[in-house]
Amino acid sequence: MSKKKNIAFMGVFLALALVCSYVESLIPFYFGIPGMKLGLTNIVIIIILYCMGTKEAYCLSVLRVILAGFLFGNMFSILYSMAGAMLSLTVMYLLKKTGKFKIVTVSTLGGICHNIGQLTVASFVVENYYVFYYLPFLLIAGFITGLLIGIGAQEISLRVKRFF
Amino acid sequence: MRRKEQMENTGKRFSKRDAWLLAAAALVILVVFVIFRQFSGGSGSTVTVTVGGEVYGTYSLDEDQKIDIKINGTVTNVLVIRDHQADMTEADCPDQLCVRQKAISKDHETIVCLPNQVVAEVSNPNGENELDDVAN
Ligand SMILES: [Zn+2]
Repeated sequence: MSKKKNIAFMGVFLALALVCSYVESLIPFYFGIPGMKLGLTNIVIIIILYCMGTKEAYCLSVLRVILAGFLFGNMFSILYSMAGAMLSLTVMYLLKKTGKFKIVTVSTLGGICHNIGQLTVASFVVENYYVFYYLPFLLIAGFITGLLIGIGAQEISLRVKRFF
Repeated sequence: MRRKEQMENTGKRFSKRDAWLLAAAALVILVVFVIFRQFSGGSGSTVTVTVGGEVYGTYSLDEDQKIDIKINGTVTNVLVIRDHQADMTEADCPDQLCVRQKAISKDHETIVCLPNQVVAEVSNPNGENELDDVAN
């Protein structure tokens, strides 16, 4: 794929990820921790990871978190989202690298780690480890969203991969 | 051609290894859930407010009261205790997420105001306190 086409694709996907962030910011989701997000934008990140590459996925993920933070959140939501996004993407990258698992599985584990990352940052910010009380709920939420997003991402990337 | 593509795709979707890893993850979550379940569910008797990790005060849930949480002389958050429930009713934080959180009454439930680093947490000093050991 040519470099120009690559940049164009990245722009489109960044816009798509921001739309996902916006939709997510409209969904009220409180598990005791303000500003926690479900990680719906992961669908875009997974497609990039599988169809374009690791570098592109990290690049888009960082840009998405910072831009979405300025647009729909604040400093704290950037901190949260960054921790969740980076942990999730790193786990997904490592699982993908083994070459042993399908997108559904990679995404589910990514979804769980997304919430673990967010919760960990939250507990550091407020210096109170009792927020881990919400860990089981966040793990279940991460599993379910990760699974659903994985199914979606898998279907999409099986169909669009040949365009890249 | 189309049919062949579909057949190939089915094999790309799921394998036994995926099922095993997902089952293992679900099992771990279930274990965490069961363990945490042991330490929660009971109703609490007090609410402890911490600011930046330091205890600001502990208040009884049996007594209806209004607590002004002051940081450096100014009231940043207001916690109201009514009907054995603690609720954050006012805050000067930009996101107001703490105000939108539900009132809390069960052991270990928390209301978090992230920008002000304020945490209100229900506890039950007379009951079991095993989560304290785990959390610490
Ligand atoms: Zn607040």
